[in-house]
Amino acid sequence: MLALDRVSKTYPNGVQALARFSAEIRQGEILAIIGGSGCGKSTLLRAIAGLDRASSGRVTLDSEAIASPHAKIGIIFQEPRLLPWLSVADNIGFGLADLPAAERREKVARALARVGLADKAQAWPRELSGGQAQRVAIARALVPQPEVLLLDEPFSALDAFTRRDLQDHLLDLWADTRPTLILVTHDVDEAVVLADRVLVMRPRPGRLFDQIEINLGRPRDRNSPLFENFKRSVLTSLDRSLDRNVPDRDATQGPGQAMWW
Amino acid sequence: MISDAPVLQQSSEPAESAAAPSRVSRYARPMLSLLLPLILALGWEFMVWSGWSNGRLVPPPSRVFATIADLARSGELIRHIAATLWRVGLGFAFGVIAGTLLGAVSGYWSLARRLLDPTVQALRAIPSLAWVPLFILWLGIFETSKIALIAVGVFFPVYLGVMGAILSVDRKIVEVGRTFRLSGFAMIRRILLPAVLPAYVVSLRVGLGLGWMFVVAAELIGASEGLGYLLLDGQQLGKPAQILAAIVIFAILGKLTDWLIETAAAPFLRWQDAFGRVRGA
Ligand SMILES: Nc1ncnc2c1ncn2[C@@H]1O[C@H](COP(=O)(O)OP(=O)(O)O)[C@@H](O)[C@H]1O
Ligand SMILES: [Mg+2]
Repeated sequence: MLALDRVSKTYPNGVQALARFSAEIRQGEILAIIGGSGCGKSTLLRAIAGLDRASSGRVTLDSEAIASPHAKIGIIFQEPRLLPWLSVADNIGFGLADLPAAERREKVARALARVGLADKAQAWPRELSGGQAQRVAIARALVPQPEVLLLDEPFSALDAFTRRDLQDHLLDLWADTRPTLILVTHDVDEAVVLADRVLVMRPRPGRLFDQIEINLGRPRDRNSPLFENFKRSVLTSLDRSLDRNVPDRDATQGPGQAMWW
Repeated sequence: MISDAPVLQQSSEPAESAAAPSRVSRYARPMLSLLLPLILALGWEFMVWSGWSNGRLVPPPSRVFATIADLARSGELIRHIAATLWRVGLGFAFGVIAGTLLGAVSGYWSLARRLLDPTVQALRAIPSLAWVPLFILWLGIFETSKIALIAVGVFFPVYLGVMGAILSVDRKIVEVGRTFRLSGFAMIRRILLPAVLPAYVVSLRVGLGLGWMFVVAAELIGASEGLGYLLLDGQQLGKPAQILAAIVIFAILGKLTDWLIETAAAPFLRWQDAFGRVRGA
């Protein structure tokens, strides 16, 4: 289990990006974190990844404190961040340098086939489309079989069609080994399609505002009335998170159509 | 050295099909660039041949090549080329080693950069030829001072290139290395080195160009052999054909050594968008 215990972050320039954020995430859970721009989502994810230290509070994975990048925690960024001097296959195998070559090749080949890019094994990253590149990034993060995979707005740079495709793809890959997924997004649709639970954050300083359980079976029908209901409750919560007159952790109803981002 | 797996070797199909349409222009363009010099040379040859000019101060191409052939036959040409190549080679090697080491140190450790870089930048502001009298006093008139001068010329572009390249490595890519928990050495080998390589190759080529410039300066100052000596000898004895012969050979050697660096680096830079297609063609 991944536990966040009153995680706070104040940057050296004085910006308080995160204030006492606490949450517990079950192994294998898919958690979406949603909130307006600048409410500390990336800061939170980087603290979990061990890329930045929290100013106070603790991140623990199975009661092991996380202070630097950990073998069991992988991360996918908004940009694919592929290494341009390595072929697609070598990019996917980047985290497997310690394995014998034969085993590495086999794992890479399997991952390539799994993300539907077997024919691109020897291509350079620059020859890929945005969606293909992000698929390679997903494969690279998943192939060392992390227990926790963090995704920071991974599909936000893609067109709507590609985004849907990758969402389905991600779920498919997740089903293989069922790692914990923590997905930062500003797309309500994406959150409701993927997540077991949605955390809503509010800004200045970034903190937890609300959480919504998505009690829907998979695969999910994006057009079902139930799906629409969950979307609406997430939107409502987002709206309220941006209203300064609403105190934290309140849950009254109301229509949500404002431009919350 | 750079590849993490042997799969780097094979070229991919899209790269080849993208290169194919440019194949015509790859040969056509050098031809085009040769056109003007060729017309000028032939025109001048014709002027002298038809008696419009006696060609004494500006000898026609045929006489320049005859001079080269004479020098080659007597074995002198090889001696001069060898002397010059040896000086450039040694000076380039020392300059590259020093520039790479100090540039890497300054790029990697900000403390070293604060200590080192202001001094190097101040030294760079001195026109390198100003060192000549001092080098001659310190190192004598013979080989050592010449090689030192060439090394100084090569040092600065390499130093600047390496430091700048390290400083401008994409922080986002370094972060990928961090998420895979690369140690300091692995980070250098698997992230920094390949990221820095394109700029490094450029700085080597600039450094080599300066090396050729400074070998001429060094040999003009005092030498008993070398292509620069051929220049000076031609001037003092009034043999313009010999001067032009030396210039032609400088051009050929300069281009050839530059091409050597480019060719040696090309296999490591095939991943680049621009290389060999936009910039090189
Ligand atoms: N490296 C940094 N230094 C200073 N302030 C930062 C830094 N990174 C982010 N911030 C600030 O912290 C707040 C939260 O940022 P971030 O976590 O990136 O938000 P989000 O990902 O939710 O858009 C913002 O106000 C941002 O300006
Ligand atoms: Mg962000």
